[in-house]
Amino acid sequence: MSSNPASSSGGPGSTDPSAVRRNSKRPKYSKFTQQELPACKPILTPRWVISAFMVVSIVFIPIGVASLFASRDVVEIVDRYDGECINGTKTEKIRHIQGPGNKACTRTLTVTKHMKAPIYIYYQLDNFYQNHRRYVKSRSDQQLRHRGSADATSDCRPEDTANGKPIVPCGLIAWSLFNDTYSFAVSNRNLTVNKKEISWKSDRDHKFGKDVFPSNFQSGGLIGGASLNESIPLSEQEDLIVWMRTAALPTFRKLYGRIEQDLQPNDVINVVVMNNYNTYSFNGKKMLVLSTTSWLGGKNDFLGIAYLTVGGLCFFLAMLFTIIYLVKPRRLGDPSYLSWNRNPGGR
Amino acid sequence: MKRYVYFNDDESIHELFCDNRISNRKYTVLNFLPKNLWEQFSRFMNQYFLLIACLQLWPLITPVNPASTWGPLIFIFAVSATKEAWDDYNRFLSDKNANEKEVWVVRNGIRKHIQAQDIHVGNLVWLRENDEVPCDLVLLGSSDPQGICYVETSALDGETDLKTRVIPSACMGIDFELLQKIKACGVIECPNPDKDIMRFDANLRLFPPFIDNDLCPLTIKNTLLQSCYLKNTEWACGVAVYTGNETKLGMSRGIPEPKLTAVDAMIDKLTGAIFVFQIVVVTVLGVAGNFWKDTEARKQWYVLYPEEGPWYELLIIPLRFELLCSIMIPISIKVSLDLVKSLYAKFIDWDLEMFDKETGVPSHAANTAISEDLGQVEYILTDKTGTLTENKMVFKKCCIGGNFYGSESGDALKDAALLDAITCGSSDVIRFLTVMAICNTVIPTKSKSGDVVYKSQSQDEEALVQAAACLHMVLVNKTANTLEVNCNGSLRQYELLDVLEFTSDRKRMSVVVRDYQNGKIILLSKGADEAIFPCSYTGQQIRTFNEAVEHYAQLGLRTLCLAWRELKEDEYREWSLMFKEANSTLVDREWRIAEVCQIIEHDLEILGVSAIEDHLQASIFINFGCVDCNLMNGVPETIESLRRAGINFWMLTGDKQRTAIEIALSCNFVSPEPKGQLLSIDGKTVDEVQRSLERVLLTMRITTAEPKDVAFVIDGWALEIALQHYKKAFSELAILSRTAICCRVTPSQKAQLVQLLKSCDYRTLAIGDGGNDVRMIQQADIGVGISGREGLQAARAADYSIGSIIPFFEEIDSCAWTIFLQPHSISIPILLLQVPNYMLHTNIVCQSIAFSFVSGISGTSLFNSVSLMAYNVFYTSIPVLVSALDKDLSERTVMQHPQILFYCQAGRVLNPSTFAGWFGRSLFHAIVVFIISINAYSIEKSEMEQVSMVALSGCIWLQAFVVALETNSFTVLQHLAIWGNLLAFYIINLIVSAIPSSGMYTIMFRLCKQPSYWITIFLIVVAGMGPILALKYFRFTYRPSKINLLQQAERLGGPFLSLGNIEPPLKSIEKEVAPLSISHTKGRSPVFEPLLSDSPNSTRRSFGPGTPFDFFQSQGRLSSNYSRNCKNN
Repeated sequence: MSSNPASSSGGPGSTDPSAVRRNSKRPKYSKFTQQELPACKPILTPRWVISAFMVVSIVFIPIGVASLFASRDVVEIVDRYDGECINGTKTEKIRHIQGPGNKACTRTLTVTKHMKAPIYIYYQLDNFYQNHRRYVKSRSDQQLRHRGSADATSDCRPEDTANGKPIVPCGLIAWSLFNDTYSFAVSNRNLTVNKKEISWKSDRDHKFGKDVFPSNFQSGGLIGGASLNESIPLSEQEDLIVWMRTAALPTFRKLYGRIEQDLQPNDVINVVVMNNYNTYSFNGKKMLVLSTTSWLGGKNDFLGIAYLTVGGLCFFLAMLFTIIYLVKPRRLGDPSYLSWNRNPGGR
Repeated sequence: MKRYVYFNDDESIHELFCDNRISNRKYTVLNFLPKNLWEQFSRFMNQYFLLIACLQLWPLITPVNPASTWGPLIFIFAVSATKEAWDDYNRFLSDKNANEKEVWVVRNGIRKHIQAQDIHVGNLVWLRENDEVPCDLVLLGSSDPQGICYVETSALDGETDLKTRVIPSACMGIDFELLQKIKACGVIECPNPDKDIMRFDANLRLFPPFIDNDLCPLTIKNTLLQSCYLKNTEWACGVAVYTGNETKLGMSRGIPEPKLTAVDAMIDKLTGAIFVFQIVVVTVLGVAGNFWKDTEARKQWYVLYPEEGPWYELLIIPLRFELLCSIMIPISIKVSLDLVKSLYAKFIDWDLEMFDKETGVPSHAANTAISEDLGQVEYILTDKTGTLTENKMVFKKCCIGGNFYGSESGDALKDAALLDAITCGSSDVIRFLTVMAICNTVIPTKSKSGDVVYKSQSQDEEALVQAAACLHMVLVNKTANTLEVNCNGSLRQYELLDVLEFTSDRKRMSVVVRDYQNGKIILLSKGADEAIFPCSYTGQQIRTFNEAVEHYAQLGLRTLCLAWRELKEDEYREWSLMFKEANSTLVDREWRIAEVCQIIEHDLEILGVSAIEDHLQASIFINFGCVDCNLMNGVPETIESLRRAGINFWMLTGDKQRTAIEIALSCNFVSPEPKGQLLSIDGKTVDEVQRSLERVLLTMRITTAEPKDVAFVIDGWALEIALQHYKKAFSELAILSRTAICCRVTPSQKAQLVQLLKSCDYRTLAIGDGGNDVRMIQQADIGVGISGREGLQAARAADYSIGSIIPFFEEIDSCAWTIFLQPHSISIPILLLQVPNYMLHTNIVCQSIAFSFVSGISGTSLFNSVSLMAYNVFYTSIPVLVSALDKDLSERTVMQHPQILFYCQAGRVLNPSTFAGWFGRSLFHAIVVFIISINAYSIEKSEMEQVSMVALSGCIWLQAFVVALETNSFTVLQHLAIWGNLLAFYIINLIVSAIPSSGMYTIMFRLCKQPSYWITIFLIVVAGMGPILALKYFRFTYRPSKINLLQQAERLGGPFLSLGNIEPPLKSIEKEVAPLSISHTKGRSPVFEPLLSDSPNSTRRSFGPGTPFDFFQSQGRLSSNYSRNCKNN
């Protein structure tokens, strides 16, 4: 009768719907989905590595020499005056600095090399933690920028309000504004110090408001540093603007002004320092710095030395690898190093 | 423990049982938020993030804006909550759909259309053809005069064939109009709801006015289970017994345990370790900070430290450091991990090589969370039938009454001798064919063209019936109790009296029929040889049959023994009563039935042995030159390459030992002597098993040092004993043995074996295709299901489903199988991807710590909020994605050297020294960046924002170069990500620098204009990368790892690429197959024989005629390992 062994259990692809499904379910081909994107597969061949090190050393040594020269070209006069201006024990110094007396102090600097204008005047503080967490957060950018935001002092504690009114500018940073002043004379002729444009232009234009005036500043019980002229808007209080750019390290220099004339070797500069700022309580140093500048900035040998060192090391490594390569050549991808080829049965 | 269901009784039962409202929902509108949050926060990592986020709300201690943590945190939580909500909403919709479906239910004696959710236990439900069954029903009536109806159960068990359901005998021919009108006219006594879809042991009793008030047994055959479809039947009606979530389907629906990957565990460990590191840092710096504060900071008048701080003052500095360090466990890690994992899963879905062209089924990764574990598999447990073979059964040979039919090359269907015997009407042959045609549960249906089409749950039975039809013994028609067979043109009718069903423990099935022609009652049996031979009548020569079985098994054929006996009228009547009684027991019914069946199945006359070919075995005949080579399907090569990859292969099958061994040999599962050795563990008693186990174990221990493949064979019975009494010894054996063949195992034993290997800390992968593999698949670390011929059940339970395994083996060149195990680069497990992520953050954190030493240990952050947030979310996640797409070796190379996989499994690559290497590198980089940037930007340039930006750009540059150095293959994507990331850094920062209100206004423009900035960055890059490159070069060239060697070989080309010929896999296989196959022509071969028995330490296994077949007759066995829900396979 029926000797036709028909497939009975719904064999694959026996019906039309499944054929349609077959096409719709088929994944689409693309190089990404099939993980077949063309790829470049570099490996670390000796030639490649040795030449890389060689190239680096060839590039680095000249740059290092150039940076070193740039740094050496900078003429810098550094004078530490905190010890010299006040004598006595630490407690005496502290009492004196906090007291009302005359704090003027005269320093004499000798120019060693020709200094080309502009000559930058910096004050350098040491062991002063402008990056202390409590200190660095204690400011209100909003208040500095907008006239209407005088009350935005919530971040400024403990120097937020005095006598029930908000302090402008508030916060520890502003409160501890550096207040030593310097006046310079060469051979009894006063040197003009340009204190304009010592701060960042962007800060003057956008961070410190032109219509924001200091108020209620340094009027609390504790007097920190300098006080501000309440008739000058914050955007023109450049010493404050410079000071408010907090330093990342406990040793830092901040720009005080510029001398816009050349100084000759053996010029003697008389500096009258108003030594007001208290660094004595935390054993901080105070220095006055006169410095020219180069394309790399101030005097800093670090980059030059680092470049020479790294360049030298790279050269050494390149040589070392070359020697090893020549003395003990090793064929890459030698199958005999595969452990399972040495010991076929083992796991 | 029982429930009594009264028909049509809607009042009294309402309170007792739930209604038919299905609910798969996890949440309700009200409890969604708390429950979802609770679930999310039960993970350690999330708790940690929450703690950090809360601490950040305290402005006194937070280094950065709290938004930098809260933003990403809320985003992540919102995303996963939304996903959950969406899933739940979809569940709600589908529930609603099912609940509101209209069904015909009898209410107050009238048929009414009501919603499915209003069905109560005891209601009479009417179904039409193609209706879905709304709840579990006991069938009471059907349109078929015989009381049969057909159901499709694919939603329940994945099997697509139609199954028959019968109305209980008591309900035959009752008046439904009357049944509908009268309340509580019958009662069903049934067990409490369970999830066993193969069992329903209940009783039915009808009350007057219905005449039959006898107790009537009910089985699963009398039920219509929820979610089945009524087919080929005009109508059916039944009484609801289980409703709502208490149905069989509802009870088994439970969500399987979520699978955690090895990497998840490692990440938690790593997070823990980092947390400990944080605690150390916090303690040390906290103490130092408080000390500095008390000694030094009081002198720094400008800080204005108050004399008396609040009580929590001591806590402030440590908590600040905790927050600074918190970035070490970045929030982005969770996001990028999930992203990478689902990308891998997508790659599996997309892979064309895994697309089954024959069935049009693409591979699918149902579980995206475990992709990376595919590379860590150490054990593969596979089901034999349908996995290694195609599960296409073809009747090939038979041995009837001592005559062998079917020559070596051809099959019995074309054997002239057999055809002659049929036309002559040789009684042995006719009886043999009758058993073939009748003794089964096959349903013949007439197709439109008039041909008879058979539907069956068992491939073997189908093959037998087909073969019988070819040999002019056509099963034409089958109703509830009549069978029609067209034998040589004449129609014979039989009355079907009883069916003694197949169970995997009985290993045989029988039917009792009455021949209408002469009124004789006949018992027809078929089953495994060891289940049938012991039942033969004394004096029968079973020697020839034994030889036939052995011969066929050697050829890899599945054998079945066919037997028969005439029953006396009164013997049958007596037994029939017992059978009926056994059928209506509620407790241990199956066992009782088996016992009763045992009573009648004896003194059988064995008619012959049939041999069915399972597809793969065709490969054995390759040397006979008559089977085309496609049937090889590449299985042997694949198994060989996986074994060389250190992946251990176990075969768990329900087949005969001989068949299993034969298949194992043919697919290179075990190597023949002298290269391999096959040890057998058997025995029927505890002592025998113990002795055998110990002997095998001893041999294993001795031979582990030798380069020899030792495998063991164990059967289900011995396994049961071994697992119960000698678990420890067996575990040791499992660890020692790379290959094992477990034959005649039940589904639960398969799962037990997986459990055993998992408990030894091995990663397991289970492959299967049938319903009997579901438990194994769910138990294993990775379950792979094949949507093959045995339905979708396995595929649905699995983490990965594939269309068919065959195409992968076919495309062996492209190494698809290996790709499947390794969805991406082999040497970098996903966890390693996270290490750079951790380490990049470590870099930042180390700098913060270093910075704290120059900032008075006060916890100032070197970096500002914007940079930190961008770093956390953006800059670091891109390199991770890049390394996820990296490939260190091409698939071709991996294929040629599969051993590499073994060396790359996580445990070996990710050890403390790798970890220390990464940590050391990032520490080194942190120091380089920090020293250089604070020295280059010192004195007059040491402005906070500038220094921070220099340090951050140094980090980003170094990161780009580190990632570039670690990347093995650069595609467009890699270049885009590495250099694009660098570019993006500058673009983002330039944009931020252009906003006047931001803290870093103009900083980036300022820096970019300074030559010193670029010189500094250049210095950082060279100083940071130089030593790393030198070290890497040295290790790569002079201390290369295995991967490095292969990389060198691959990139440089040359002779090494063809290393394959050191151990040529293909050739050796052919050599091994050749002598083996030739041996079959002689029947026995010296090559083959020692494999089984003659090795000095292995136990001798003999199947000689004198062996007593007490194997199955022991009652103890029946009761001890009775497995309930397995069908034949």
